[in-house]
Amino acid sequence: MKLILSSSPHILTPENTKRVMYLTLLSLLPPVAAAAYFFGLYPLLLVVVSAAASVLTEYIFLLCRRKNPLACLDGSALITGVLLALTLPPSFPWWAAVIGSVFAIAIGKQIFGGLGYNIFNPALLGRAFLMAAFPVQSTTWTKPITVAPDAFTGATPLAMAKFSGKLTPHLSLFLGNTAGSLGETSSLLIIIGGLFLIILRYVDWRLPLSYLGTVAVFGGIFWLINPARFPQDPIFHLTSGGLMLGAFYMITDMVTSPVTKLGRVIFGIIAGIFVVLIRLFGGLPEGVMYSILLANAVRPWIDRLTMPRVFGVSKKKEASS
Amino acid sequence: MSGKFKGGIHPPYRKLTSEKPIESLEPPDEIVVPLSQHTGAPAKPTVEKGAEVKVGTRIGEAQGYISAHVHSPVSGVVKSILEKPHPTQTGLVPSVVIEVKGTESEDFKEDPNWEDASPESIRERVLAAGIVGMGGAAFPTHVKLNPPKEYPVDTVIINGGECEPYLTPDDRLMREHPEDIVRGAHLIRQAVGAKRVIIGIEDNKPEAVKAMRDAAKAYGFEVSSLHSKYPQGSEKQLIKALLGREVPSGGLPFHVGVLVQNVGTAKAIYEAVRFGRPLTERVLTLSGFGAKGPGNYMVKIGTPFSHIIEKTGGASEDTVKIISGGPLMGIAVWTTEVPVIKCTSGILLLTSRETSDRQEGPCIRCGTCVEVCPMGLSPYLIARESESGFFDRARAHHVLDCIECGSCAYACPARRHLVQHIRYGKSEVWKLIKKEKEEAVA
Repeated sequence: MKLILSSSPHILTPENTKRVMYLTLLSLLPPVAAAAYFFGLYPLLLVVVSAAASVLTEYIFLLCRRKNPLACLDGSALITGVLLALTLPPSFPWWAAVIGSVFAIAIGKQIFGGLGYNIFNPALLGRAFLMAAFPVQSTTWTKPITVAPDAFTGATPLAMAKFSGKLTPHLSLFLGNTAGSLGETSSLLIIIGGLFLIILRYVDWRLPLSYLGTVAVFGGIFWLINPARFPQDPIFHLTSGGLMLGAFYMITDMVTSPVTKLGRVIFGIIAGIFVVLIRLFGGLPEGVMYSILLANAVRPWIDRLTMPRVFGVSKKKEASS
Repeated sequence: MSGKFKGGIHPPYRKLTSEKPIESLEPPDEIVVPLSQHTGAPAKPTVEKGAEVKVGTRIGEAQGYISAHVHSPVSGVVKSILEKPHPTQTGLVPSVVIEVKGTESEDFKEDPNWEDASPESIRERVLAAGIVGMGGAAFPTHVKLNPPKEYPVDTVIINGGECEPYLTPDDRLMREHPEDIVRGAHLIRQAVGAKRVIIGIEDNKPEAVKAMRDAAKAYGFEVSSLHSKYPQGSEKQLIKALLGREVPSGGLPFHVGVLVQNVGTAKAIYEAVRFGRPLTERVLTLSGFGAKGPGNYMVKIGTPFSHIIEKTGGASEDTVKIISGGPLMGIAVWTTEVPVIKCTSGILLLTSRETSDRQEGPCIRCGTCVEVCPMGLSPYLIARESESGFFDRARAHHVLDCIECGSCAYACPARRHLVQHIRYGKSEVWKLIKKEKEEAVA
């Protein structure tokens, strides 16, 4: 009889990284379906192309780094590719999406040491790169085909509110019948996917709640003080732009968010404040991407600040020593 | 009243043997009694090859204060004193090999006034009987019964937590011998002069709770039914749950006025004080999907695992791992020739359906380990620091407070070998501390 001699513990939870990644991917089906419903079939091509480019980049890097190249199938690169695509305008050139995906995986993830070591959310870093490299294509929006079948260009609800003070009806925002990035328009379908992840406990509800709550409250304060200058009411804030996608799929990225419950609340609040500041006072109509990247940058500090109290050690004594 | 401790996990309990009464197993023709079955210095052999021994003959002498005597569990002849495989220590350990002839016993005198034994005489008899913690730690009990004078013990806790999956020896002992355990608890209280005795049992053992409640009435002890959560049976967590007191970092239970003893140890103390009987046999659980005759068995110390497995019907073909102890803290053995020792609470024959050899993946910072750590540590962090050689940082992050319960590694979706890395970090930090001490002296 051949006996295994590994160290304790000898039993393990059935949970594993691959399962986490693929079930997260599954939960992205509703937003992807929404992209096809509102913007046609080309968006699906964007999703597939970004996902494939991400996995291929991961494969090449793992090979060069002499790691197991098949780890590119762990699902994490796929998620990055799909999420990046969901943040792109519906008519974005597919070859530029490939460049964005390569950047996201290469510079956003592998340079840092691969899965688990990156500081910034790779998909958002890829999106930020595309914003700088292709500013026109990154901000050219089309109306949903459900509104205008011939793919007219149109401003996003956030831009309309910011630059012309015109508000889009709440129901359209909630359902997703507006101009915007592929996967960000339908709050409803994103919430469905997000709740699935919360039930599976892959997402700590504290992250979306503190993020969304901060945006609603902080944005709401400005709206109450001066509704003429700040027409964006709390519900508008919550349902427009990339906030829902950010709240359930970006800020919740395990690798780039804090490990403690308290840390996650602080993280969400910091990011939420940035969203409102950028939306109301910044040069851009939307601030979700930068808010999360900025919060990612302070994440190590939040982790250090919120380390749990060690059993048998009083907080005071620890601080004085 | 029953409180809770922070963190912990809910593994599948798989208590396959709860309903199997304790059964005695005949000893084999030859037994192997290690001279080191306890924390501290190994005992020195007091017999030579060819010596005749009886049940209870002292064959090993404790060396120093933190050590324990070793006795022959059978009558027979000493065949040799050899280095032999050990269930919990690496390498070979000096052991007394005895050819078994029978069960003729030394003369033990019953003390009719056992109930009123003085603290000193209780400690003496416990020392003479070679009793060590039977829950798994194997710390010499006479030392534990003698806390420093400046830390008076007000509460004795009898640990019936038994939170490790599969294991049921304590559950059975509490159901079948509750009076003996309660009598032992009385003697422990007597030895340390405590006022209060609480018997803590996880609520997944309702029969044991009931039996102990009935038996505890004789002395007016409290029995507390605790939330079933691993590691409820860990000393520090048990004290926290029952009394709300926290043993300080680096401290021991007596620092908060508490003494914890396992139920099996309590019974052994009773038998030693009343009957003068040394610790030479114990109850253990044979379990796991690979065990053909799972059950709770009373076996002689020194019985090889192979004998127990054979006598109970053997091991199934698909057994891939054999554990001494429980599945979360137990040790995988490399041969079934290792013997049962005083702290062997179980032998598990695990198949690939229950255990898996895990490929380690990168940490995805999910935070699960932080959430489940009952000591409030950040396992992902101190494991990484240990792995990368940053022992100063691991030390500052309290790596030495890790109790190695395995909750983090159990729950880790990336299959990180957290406990293994942390254990390495702990040993390196101990080396650092030793070096510092030496430099301070020089």
